Amino acid sequence: MASDGGVSCLRRSEMMSVGIGGIDSPPLDVDEVHVLAVDDSLVDRIVIERLLRITSCKVTAVDSGWRALEFLGIDNEKASAELDRLKVDLIITDYCMPGMTGYELLKKIKESSSFRQVPVVIMSSENVITRIDRCLEEGAEDFLLKPVKLADVKRLRNYLTRDVQVSNGNKRKLPEDSPPLTLSHDSSDSSPPPSTLSPDSSDSSSPPLSPVEIFSSPLLSPLDDEDDDVLTSSPESTPSPVRRQKMRSPGLD
Amino acid sequence: MFTYHSLDFGPKNQTDVLECCRQSNDALDEDKYFVFLTFYRESSSGFLDDQFTELKKLQDECSPDFVAEVVSLFFEDCEKLIGNMARALDQTGNVDFSLVGSSVHQLKGSSSSVGAKRVKGLCVTFKECCDSQNFEGCVRCLQQVDIEYKSLKAKLQDLFSLEQQIVQAGGRIPQVDI
Repeated sequence: MASDGGVSCLRRSEMMSVGIGGIDSPPLDVDEVHVLAVDDSLVDRIVIERLLRITSCKVTAVDSGWRALEFLGIDNEKASAELDRLKVDLIITDYCMPGMTGYELLKKIKESSSFRQVPVVIMSSENVITRIDRCLEEGAEDFLLKPVKLADVKRLRNYLTRDVQVSNGNKRKLPEDSPPLTLSHDSSDSSPPPSTLSPDSSDSSSPPLSPVEIFSSPLLSPLDDEDDDVLTSSPESTPSPVRRQKMRSPGLD
Repeated sequence: MFTYHSLDFGPKNQTDVLECCRQSNDALDEDKYFVFLTFYRESSSGFLDDQFTELKKLQDECSPDFVAEVVSLFFEDCEKLIGNMARALDQTGNVDFSLVGSSVHQLKGSSSSVGAKRVKGLCVTFKECCDSQNFEGCVRCLQQVDIEYKSLKAKLQDLFSLEQQIVQAGGRIPQVDI
């Protein structure tokens, strides 16, 4: 089930044997994305799971923030063996949940050294601007208004795919006809990239980073404004300020 | 997709539609689609919103019963949550309105996710009654929600049964936008 990398702690040697307890691991597929979905509503879990599966994601759905942390191994930092085996490319969580809200979960994920690089998307049935802002400020990648539709999930899938660079000669078919993107986007003139990762410039001491690994590699600074350039350019999205707001650097709007 | 500007005729019940389907070897030609669409629209108008259409998009040959499964879970949810609300409202003199409100919130959420438009609308009113601790209002809303979800359940059962019969008669179910 796993694609290369995804979590910064995942060592390359571990990649071939990635598996999560109880779930079958088909041969590595670079294109497959693993999403952790968190929602206390069974109906919503079923729907989001289907939405994600239809867009070719592998899905693990849990019913609470605590279970999500448990799954990720965040609540038990000693279990590094567990951490090594996990690979999560995206976390999508409901905001209103009993016990731990999506916002609290978001904070805990961002506090975790292993998972803070994983994009977190918040879903909510309420379009409250202060709520949206708070989540985005805390580091949420995106905010989806419920009920979630196929177009919303496709958009998420798009920016996940486009965020990574095709390297290692793995030819990946991107959803749109776009040139391979590096994380420090070439067309961005806003500021010099913190680090440039391209197929040929990898560390001589380690093999070239695979697509998703680049995204969550500790070499990169945490999600910075460079990334927004990539994230906002999905042609499929019809962004409305009400439905979706992103962190943007001033120059990239 | 078929566009048409007037609904001059339509079947009054399932049997008519099925008859139409059976009359032709090519089980669902354009006229029959029209007939089905009309019936579908009349059945679902007002009860469902476009989220239901969105769910239908997620259905395919590999998951042909996806929508039926989701709505079935939704109806189970309704039953459970309505039970919770009824119990909370039954605590005469000591009603925990925030508890009722939280159940209403959950029901609103799941009804929104399946496109159960009327149920969702009722939940909005219900929530307001909870927030203002209006006991009579809550009781009324509870009754209405109960009636509404059961009515929707019956309608959808009819609809799914009709779809099944059409498929068995060799026809296809057209994609219908609510």
